[in-house]
Amino acid sequence: MANGYKPLKVSTVVSGVAKSLDASFFAEWASVLRDLLSGSKSFYLMILLGAAIVYFAAMGGLDAMRIGYRHAYAVTREVPWGILISTYIFFVVTSTGLCIVSSIGHVFGVKNFMPIASRAVFLSIVTIMAGFTVIFFEIENPFRMAIYNLISPNLTSNIWWMGTLYGAYMVFMIIEFVMLLLKQHRLATYAGLLGLVSGIVAHSNLGAIFAMLHGREYWYGPYLPVYFIASAIMSGCATIILFTWIAYKASNREMEGPMKKSMEAIGKLCTMMIAILMFFTSWKLITGSVAGGGKVEAIRAMMAGPYAMNFWVFEVGMGMVIPFGLLLMSKWKDMRMMAVATFMMMIAIFIMRYDLVLIGQIVPSWHELGVSEYPQLLSYTPSLHEFAVVLGGMGMVAISFMLGEKVFKGHKSEDH
Amino acid sequence: MKNKIDLDNLRKENLESIPDMERRSFLKMGLLVTGAFAGGSMLSVISNIDKVFASKAEMREKYPYKPHYSMVIRQDRCIDCERCLEACSRTNNVAEYGYRTNILEKITPDAIGQKREFIAVLCNQCNNAPCVRACPTKATYKDKTNGIVMMAQEKCIGCKVCVLACPYNARYFNEEKHAIDKCNFCYDSRLSKGYERTACSEACPAGVRVFGDLSNPDSEVYKLVHQIQRPVWVLREETGAKPNVFYTKG
Ligand code: SF4
Ligand code: SF4
Repeated sequence: MANGYKPLKVSTVVSGVAKSLDASFFAEWASVLRDLLSGSKSFYLMILLGAAIVYFAAMGGLDAMRIGYRHAYAVTREVPWGILISTYIFFVVTSTGLCIVSSIGHVFGVKNFMPIASRAVFLSIVTIMAGFTVIFFEIENPFRMAIYNLISPNLTSNIWWMGTLYGAYMVFMIIEFVMLLLKQHRLATYAGLLGLVSGIVAHSNLGAIFAMLHGREYWYGPYLPVYFIASAIMSGCATIILFTWIAYKASNREMEGPMKKSMEAIGKLCTMMIAILMFFTSWKLITGSVAGGGKVEAIRAMMAGPYAMNFWVFEVGMGMVIPFGLLLMSKWKDMRMMAVATFMMMIAIFIMRYDLVLIGQIVPSWHELGVSEYPQLLSYTPSLHEFAVVLGGMGMVAISFMLGEKVFKGHKSEDH
Repeated sequence: MKNKIDLDNLRKENLESIPDMERRSFLKMGLLVTGAFAGGSMLSVISNIDKVFASKAEMREKYPYKPHYSMVIRQDRCIDCERCLEACSRTNNVAEYGYRTNILEKITPDAIGQKREFIAVLCNQCNNAPCVRACPTKATYKDKTNGIVMMAQEKCIGCKVCVLACPYNARYFNEEKHAIDKCNFCYDSRLSKGYERTACSEACPAGVRVFGDLSNPDSEVYKLVHQIQRPVWVLREETGAKPNVFYTKG
């Protein structure tokens, strides 16, 4: 597929799409509907559970809107970004990672990465939507964003670039997925390529939002945009391994040969990315420990202060060292061990984002001035409303994943 | 000429030759602020600028804004009566849970005699404003005439990146205004109505907050900044925001 870059003509596109929309296509969809209605009890139970979570989360989010975020959320003037921002980042990192991993097969034609492409693209859409939902409940005036992003763009703002590019990214990914369904592989490849480019640029801009705040030493510098891309690939690998395993387990299917090969390849990539992240993290610590006042404080908070447990237990232990060991031990063949490793990683990555966002804010602006108002590091603990919105995002992903497996029949469209 | 100050050489001198650390950092700051006064042409805040840069005629002092609003805080005069804060809140509809300006307290336990100082802080109307750069929708922007960093409230999406970007903790989200609220030197509430000073400046019984046009040689802020007898400094100079609020003592 990847070698099929012939110039595109509108007429070929239209006729191609029309051809796929023939009778057999509709018949297929009718059978999907039947499948969906004939799901097992436990399937419906899970869906119900997910729906309940999303329902309560939506209530929580709307309640927060009603009483005002200032009352509902634990963020303050000094720590204006909390768990909702970090959860948003978690979702979009995952999405970007899934897009990158899927593109290895789908855009660049590496055979071993093809079997996961459809599921990965689907999940990348689901996770970016979850991210947007969470951010919708974070931003004070989300509706204004749609208008003024368009008519009053600030091209020096990383948020502007990130928002705009992620918007485009989502559209490209949806087109890619639809084209995959319609078996328009060449179009899917083009859309995938556009999605990949916009996703990567958007993602490094997300890193740059933090990296360009020169009053915030912990974040400032070229480190974050690069780190974000690397950690996205790691997240993407972990996510697709875990979700593929769940999909097969839940439907009681034996993994096919090509899928096993694919898991092995992604598992190896995942292991390598963990190693790279270990280097990133080590050097961040080492350089940070000899930096200026504010940064040293932040690094200390991470290594031996209020964030030490998050850092050592979650980020280092569950996020890097243990999964690295497990993945090596699994020889990338023991699926269960890989699933355990990647499950741990997902939890750890969530905490990683949280720490990244929070630790950058806990050193007060007036720290070096030595005033009495800010004698120590600032603190933040998420509120119930914030937790509700976070859970809602997760519930959305879970439901969409389950429905996706049913509707798209275990994403078998890639078995070509 | 005897009194000629050669900034270029001064900068290269050792610490010992400059008794006053703060003056030294001020001079350094002067040079830093200089190129930066965003228009790029104001080169020093030292009075004898023409002599200093005699060799570089093209680098004449020129402020990018007219009037170039600025405030000088005479720090040692502050007694923490907080009348400025009250005046500000009253004048600008500041929320009770927020503030546009604040008085910070600094204690130096091992100082001889007086140990407490009060430091007034407010938006520095930075020339290289990090908040303006970061805002996605230009809801916060630098006024082209007077250099005040303003809010176009209706454009604010409430992402709060500007709150993070500001090195001076000068911004907060105001629920009633559905937008970020910040000091704008009382532009809408006073300056645009013909008043010459901000509410805080007028309310201060100790003359701490001197407000005026930094580009006007007759104004008090001009005189306080363009001199070398007393130290003048800015806060968090290292962030490169190029503030327009100066501090002095003595
Ligand atoms: S002090 Fe803060 S709010 Fe004021 S201009 Fe500078 S960065 Fe912006
Ligand atoms: S909170 Fe408002 S003013 Fe601040 S950056 Fe966001 S849109 Fe701009």
